[in-house]
Amino acid sequence: MQAQTKDPDLYSVIDADNVAWLHFNKRDSSANVLSAAVLEAFYAELLRLTEMAPRGLVLLSDKANGFIAGADVHEFARLENRDQALAAIQRGQEVFDRLAALPFPSVALIHGFCLGGGLEMALACRYRIARDDAATRLGLPEVRLGIHPGFGGSARLVPLVGAPRAMDLMLSGRSIDARRARGMGIVDYALPERHLQEAARRLILEPPPPRRATRLQRLSNHPWARPALASLFRRQVGKKARPEHYPAPYALIDLWREHGDDPRAMMHAEAESVADLIVNPTAQNLIRAFQLQEALKALGRDSSFRPRHVHVVGAGIMGGDIAAWCALRGMQVTLSDQSPERIAPAIKRAAALFKAKLKRPQPIQAAMDRLMPDHRGLGVARADVVIEAIFEDAQAKRELYRRIEPQMQSHALLATNTSSLPLQQLREGLQRPGRLIGLHFFNPVAKMQLVEIVRDEHSDETCVSQAIGFTRRIDRLPLPVSSTPGFLINRILMPYLLEAVELETEGIPASEIDRQALAFGMPMGPIKLADTVGLDICLHVAEILSVHLETDVPQRLRDLVARGRLGRKSGHGFYRYNKGKAVKQKLPRGYQSDAGIMDRMLLRLLNEVVACLREGVVADTDQLDAGMIYGTGFAPFRGGPCHYIRSIGADILYQKLQAFEQSHGRRFRPDTGWDEMAGFTRRDQETEHPC
Amino acid sequence: MAERVNPLATGRPVYLVDGRRTPFLRARGVPGPFHAADLAFQAARTLLYQQPFTPDQFDQVILGCVMPGADEANIARIVALRLGCGEKTPAWTVQRNCASGLQALDSAAQEIASGRSDLVLAGGVEAMSHAPLLFSEAMARWLGRFNQSRGAAAKLRSALAFRPTLLQPVVALLRGLTDPVVGLNMGQTAEVLAHRFAISREHMDGFALRSHQRLAAAQDEGHLDEIEPVYDFNGGHYAADDGLRRDTTMEKLARLKPVFDKPFGKITAGNSAQITDGAAWLVLASENAVERHGLGVLGRVRDSQWAGVDPRQMGLGPVHAMAPIMTRNGLDSTDINYWEINEAFAAQVQACLSAWADADYCRQELGLAQAFAPIDEQRLNIDGGGISLGHPVGASGARIVLHLANTLKRTGARRGLASLCIGGGQGGAMLIEGVD
Repeated sequence: MQAQTKDPDLYSVIDADNVAWLHFNKRDSSANVLSAAVLEAFYAELLRLTEMAPRGLVLLSDKANGFIAGADVHEFARLENRDQALAAIQRGQEVFDRLAALPFPSVALIHGFCLGGGLEMALACRYRIARDDAATRLGLPEVRLGIHPGFGGSARLVPLVGAPRAMDLMLSGRSIDARRARGMGIVDYALPERHLQEAARRLILEPPPPRRATRLQRLSNHPWARPALASLFRRQVGKKARPEHYPAPYALIDLWREHGDDPRAMMHAEAESVADLIVNPTAQNLIRAFQLQEALKALGRDSSFRPRHVHVVGAGIMGGDIAAWCALRGMQVTLSDQSPERIAPAIKRAAALFKAKLKRPQPIQAAMDRLMPDHRGLGVARADVVIEAIFEDAQAKRELYRRIEPQMQSHALLATNTSSLPLQQLREGLQRPGRLIGLHFFNPVAKMQLVEIVRDEHSDETCVSQAIGFTRRIDRLPLPVSSTPGFLINRILMPYLLEAVELETEGIPASEIDRQALAFGMPMGPIKLADTVGLDICLHVAEILSVHLETDVPQRLRDLVARGRLGRKSGHGFYRYNKGKAVKQKLPRGYQSDAGIMDRMLLRLLNEVVACLREGVVADTDQLDAGMIYGTGFAPFRGGPCHYIRSIGADILYQKLQAFEQSHGRRFRPDTGWDEMAGFTRRDQETEHPC
Repeated sequence: MAERVNPLATGRPVYLVDGRRTPFLRARGVPGPFHAADLAFQAARTLLYQQPFTPDQFDQVILGCVMPGADEANIARIVALRLGCGEKTPAWTVQRNCASGLQALDSAAQEIASGRSDLVLAGGVEAMSHAPLLFSEAMARWLGRFNQSRGAAAKLRSALAFRPTLLQPVVALLRGLTDPVVGLNMGQTAEVLAHRFAISREHMDGFALRSHQRLAAAQDEGHLDEIEPVYDFNGGHYAADDGLRRDTTMEKLARLKPVFDKPFGKITAGNSAQITDGAAWLVLASENAVERHGLGVLGRVRDSQWAGVDPRQMGLGPVHAMAPIMTRNGLDSTDINYWEINEAFAAQVQACLSAWADADYCRQELGLAQAFAPIDEQRLNIDGGGISLGHPVGASGARIVLHLANTLKRTGARRGLASLCIGGGQGGAMLIEGVD
C-alpha cells in the first residue's frame, strides 16, 4: 500500500487487490465539507484513478466525526448572483456524474455525519455501507437552509427507494440512522465497525447487481401516479411550512412531478431550481440563521470545562426537564426536591423524552440510570454543575444557596434558572458571590435550543466561561446576556405580547391576532402563547418588567387572572380549551382584517430590540438575532429582528413608531437607540412585508 | 459440629458498613412496575452515593436471586455494571431458594474473612410478580416437530397434531414453590408442621395480626430508614412496604379460607408470607477497607451456618441452622438481644419456637443434651416480617440481616441472630454483633 497523491484535502491508496481507497481529510477542519476546492480535487482524483483502472473505488473519511457533513454553507452565503450559483451547482453535478459513470464499482463507506452533498456523493456511488452506531446520521437537510438537494440527490434517490420514501426524507430534512437507512434501501449494508472494510472489499471484488427500487416503489414514480402523490406531499408539507415562507419543499415537489421519471431532466431542473432558491432572501436568511447558530456554538469552543455530574434542585417542569435533558446528553444527573412525590412526575417526563429520542431499550435504560431521583440532595457534594430551578422567590433561593454552597466542590458551577430575578439580589450571602451565574433555559427544554447565560459586572469570568462550556456540552446554544430585568428574550417578547393583549382588549378577535403573527412567520400566535405559558405567569413577569420598561400592564390581563382564567392549564384563558385544544372562534360576520395589527405588535418588539442593543444587554445584533430565532422561533426565514430592521430600513420603522406614538400613546415612543441604527437604513426598495 | 473450622471466627473480621432496600411491593396478579434488575439497581444507587468510595472500588458484587428474568442471566453482573461498579469488578449471582440473599451475604463475608476481598456489595432481589408463564414441555415438543418437518404434507401432519390444551401455561412461580422431590408445595409443608406441633388456626392468625401491627408501628415510629423510594416510568413512586394491612383483625383473618390443603387446612393467605417484589443490599468490608475509606460500621458478622432438614418439614430449617451457632459460641437464647426468623408461614415460625424450646426435639433432632431457653417473642421480628411486608424470596435474607443490624445500632444492643427456612429442606442463619 502506498499513498498516491498529496492533495491537502484528500488522498488515495491502492491496495494489494488493486482496490483504490480514496480518503477525504479536509485540511484545517474537524469535519469534511464539500467546498469548491475539495470538489475540484476530487474531480482531478477521479480522472487520475480512471486512467489507473483499479478493480474498484472506496470513498471514506479520515475524520472521526463523519463521512461528509455536506456542502460548504459559507460558500453559499458568498454567492453573488443566480448565474454564479447555477455554475457552482452544475459543476457539482458534473463531478458526481463522473463518479457515477466510473467504469469500475464504487462504494461509499459511511460513518458519522453523511448529510446533504455528502449523501448525494454516496448516492452517486454504486454501493453504500453505513456504520451501525449511534453517531451515524444520513440525511438531506437542504430544505432547512431554504434550498433542496442540487447535486443530483433527488434524481438519484427517487429511483433508488421510490418517491414516497425519497420525498419524505428530502421534504422533512430529517436525518436517519444506519439501520433505518438500510431498511429504506438507501444503503446496502448497516454494519458494525469490524466488518466495514471487508464488506467494501467484497462488494468491489464480487460486485452484486446494484440495488434499485421495488416494482411498487417504481410505480410511485409513474407519470399517472405523480400528480396525486404530489398533492399529497404538498398537503403534508403544508402542515409544517407555508409556501410563501418556505418555497423550497414546494419547488422540489413541483420539479419531481414534472420530471420524476427522467433523471437527466430532473438533474437539470434541480440545478435551475436551487439556483433560483439560493439567491432568494429566504435561503440567504436561513443560511444566516445557520451561521449565527454556528457562531453561538463556537463561543464554547475554547472551554476546557468537562462537567460529568449535574445536580438540579427543584423538580418542577423546568428543573425536571433540564435534568432529563442533561441525562439524555450523557451527564450523570441527580434531581432533588423536597419529597419523592415531587420528583416522580419529572421521572415520567424524562422516560417519555428518552423513549422519543433514543427509541432502543438499552440507550433508554442507560439514560434513565443516569438520572437519579435524589430527595436527600446527596448529589450537591459530587456535582460539577448545580442548577437551581425552584420557584421565583429571592429569599427562598438565597436560603437554598446558603445551605448548599458549603457542600459544593470548590470547582463546581452554581447556576440559577431564574427567569426574572437579577443576580444582584440572589448572590447576597454567598461565600463566593461571583460564582452564581444564570442559566436561563426555555420551555420546553428539549425543543428550545437557546440558553441565556446571565451575568453582570460582578460575575466571576471563569464561571461565565464554565457556564458557556457546560451549555455546549449538553448541546444547547449559549447566549451571554446581562442581568437586567427579563434578560434578553423575555424582555423583547413581553411588549409584543402586551400589545397583542391590547389589541384583543380593543376587540380584535384573538384568532385574527394569532393568524397575523403566524402569517408573519412566528411559530405560535402571541395570544395562544400567553395562554400556553399561563396568564398568571405572564402577569407576574409583566409586572416585574413593566416597572423597568416603564410600560403599563393591560387591565384585561389582570381581570382574566383574577377570574381564574389562567390559560390552557385552567381550560380557559383568551381561548376556551377542550381537552387541551383551543376551541376555534368564529370571526364576526363581515369582519375586515386590519393589516396594522401585526405592525403594532412587531414595532413594539423591534423598539425593545433597539433598547436592548442600546443598553448592551447582548453583545451585538448577530447574537440578538440568534437569540430570538433559537429562543423564541422568531421567523427564521426573516433572519432575526435586527436583520429584519435592516431589510425594512430603520428610518422607515422609526417614522412608523412616531406615527403610532401620536395615535396610540407613549408605549410606542421610539427608543433613543434608534439614533444609533443609522447603518440599518434600507438597502433596496422591495416591501412585501408588513411594516 | 464444634470441631469444624469457622472462618468467620478465625479469619479477618467482617463488618457490615451500610445497607438499603426497596420498599417491598405486593404482587397484584400482573407483572409489577419493576424488573428484578431495576429493583436491585434502584435500591443500591443511592446507597453507593452515600459511600466515601467510588463504586468501582468493590472487589466483588454478589446478588442472590431465585428467578431472574429471561434477559437477566447473572443478574448480579447486570446490576453491577448499571451501578457503575466498572468492567473490572467481578459479579456473580447465588441461588439457595428462600435464603439466596443470605447466601450472598455469607459468600461476601467468607470472601472478606479469607482475605480475598476487602469491599463487597452483597444483597438479594426478587421480582416474583414477573415470574414467567411457560409453555409446557408437550407444547415445546410439538413446536420442535413442526419446525423440523419438511414439505407441505409433513407440515400439515405436524399441524394436525396440535391440541388447544398444549397452550395451557405452566406457572413458573407455582412450580418454584413446590418441592419436586417430595411433591409438597411450601404451604403444605407448613400444614405438616402445624399438625406435628399442634398449632391452632387462631394461634397462627394471632401471629399474623401481630406482624401487621408491628410493621405499622415501625412505619409510624420511623424504624424503616433503610427503605429507598423507587420510581417507575409512569410517574409512580413507592416509598413504603405496601403489603401492610392496618385494618386487619382476627375476625377478618378468620374468614379466610385455606389455600393449600382445601378444605380442612389452616394455612391461609392471611397467615402466610405475601408474594412480593423487592431488593436489599449491604456493603461488607474488611478492617482494612473500613480504615482506608473511613467507613462507618453498622455491625460485625460473627458466624453463619447452613443446615439440611427433611424437605417435608423445611420450615424447621432455622432451628437446625441456629443451634450450631449457639453451641459453637457458647450462647443461650437470653444472650441474643434480637431475633429475625423469616416469616414464610406463621405456623412455620411457631413450629420453630416450639422445637427450639422442646427438650425431646433438641435431644433427638439436634443431638443436644437439653433444650434452649424459649425465644422471647418480644424480641422476635419486632418490626414485622414476611407476613406483613412480604417475602421476595431472593431478597428476604438480605433484608432481615439489614434490619437486624439497623435494630442493633438503633438500640445499642449487642447480639442479633437472623435465620430463614429454605424450600427443599434447609435452614440458614447468621449471627451479627453490634459495635460501639
